[in-house]
Amino acid sequence: MITNSAKKLHDSANIHYDVETDILIIGAGPVGLFTVFEAGLVKLRCHLIDTLPMPGGQLTEIYPKKPIYDIPGFPEILAGDLVTNLMKQIEPFKPGFTLGERAEKIEKQNDGRFVVTSNKGTVHLASVVAIAGGLGCFEPRKPPIANIEDFEDKGVAYIIKNPEIYAGKKLLIAGGGDSALDWTIYLSNIAKEVTMVHRRTEFRGAPDSVEKIKDLAESGKINLITNAEVVNLHGNGHLQSASIRKTDDSILTQDVDFFIPLFGLSPQLGPIADWGLNISKNAIDVDTFDYSTNVPGIYAIGDINNYPGKLKLILCGFHEATLMVQSAWKRINPERKLTLKYTTVNGVQGFE
Amino acid sequence: MINITVIDRKGEDHLLETPTDMGLNLMELCKAYELPVLGTCGGMALCSTCHVYVLSDHQLKEMTEDEEIILDQAFSVRDNSRLGCQIHLSDDLDGLKVQLAPDGN
Repeated sequence: MITNSAKKLHDSANIHYDVETDILIIGAGPVGLFTVFEAGLVKLRCHLIDTLPMPGGQLTEIYPKKPIYDIPGFPEILAGDLVTNLMKQIEPFKPGFTLGERAEKIEKQNDGRFVVTSNKGTVHLASVVAIAGGLGCFEPRKPPIANIEDFEDKGVAYIIKNPEIYAGKKLLIAGGGDSALDWTIYLSNIAKEVTMVHRRTEFRGAPDSVEKIKDLAESGKINLITNAEVVNLHGNGHLQSASIRKTDDSILTQDVDFFIPLFGLSPQLGPIADWGLNISKNAIDVDTFDYSTNVPGIYAIGDINNYPGKLKLILCGFHEATLMVQSAWKRINPERKLTLKYTTVNGVQGFE
Repeated sequence: MINITVIDRKGEDHLLETPTDMGLNLMELCKAYELPVLGTCGGMALCSTCHVYVLSDHQLKEMTEDEEIILDQAFSVRDNSRLGCQIHLSDDLDGLKVQLAPDGN
């Protein structure tokens, strides 16, 4: 999903770009969002990409209702409110967003600009790339079953995109949280047979859903196996059956067409790990002069970078973004000189 | 100062000495000693990369809802599973012995 961007054709190379901007920011968390403000002050335009469907990163996705106490000037602010405020603060600079897509591939053009393509094929052209990726991309957690990858897209799915494909099929769902409960309830009306496997007897989900699951199990509409884990998958090309181990170590093998493990999301560095950047301790090495990486024109700010003395704090990310923008400006305007202007003196001059 | 034993994923024991007046938790202690604990979420009980098995019979504080939810989604969970970031190091934990849970959390 792209918002607020003009479709443009790049004449010289005759390549189609969906988005053209000065700074492409990867990650729409607090640090990525604040970058738009600092860039706007020096008349640079920004576009943000994020795998999540909403801006705000972890703050929106994981802890919107948790208070933060170390944002200067805010004795206490809820994470969700900080994102709302940042969105309001950057509004005059009209950032574009590519949401629900992951930055997958980067290429440097002959003119020094970068082409970043998302997993859904959206092509972005930018003079500077700022990676503000936080903990990385939130990806579904894969259970430690040795051969699970062999059956990915051949019966194993971590995300349910199109529930209709399960009509008339035998499903095995694992997990005990809300998403496992909700999908089991939903799919019990579509599939031929639904088995739910959960490691414990109790469920952590919404009480209504837990009640519903118990009713479905009692009436025989689903097959509920608790105190059990899926430990092995079998099939020839496509998944055919799964081994389930109970806590008493007994193993039962069940015929299934699909196995859907739903164990929430966990952050992974993702495709950025393969962009030729220097990485140590799961983070991108930067020069603290301007938070540049080893690739000129690519910067890394916020939780995703690493340097001596690094602290993973939102407030440090704001500082990093501010200095990074100065360096980005000089890269884009090599012949010109930049002078610091105070917002108190000049106000905020938004873009048309 | 108290002593804590951490068994790593190769089965090797590490005796870690730690102060109790710095508000440290077990995840932070393991990282300080450069044991292979990621602590990805920074201690908010949001990931399970600091998942440990508690081997000694120390009385630990009860799990919060957040910790239970995360452990519910973790793998290789046992009855003695805890998140290291939720174990705050205090004097009564002297002699605590834990083992790092397998990778893949």
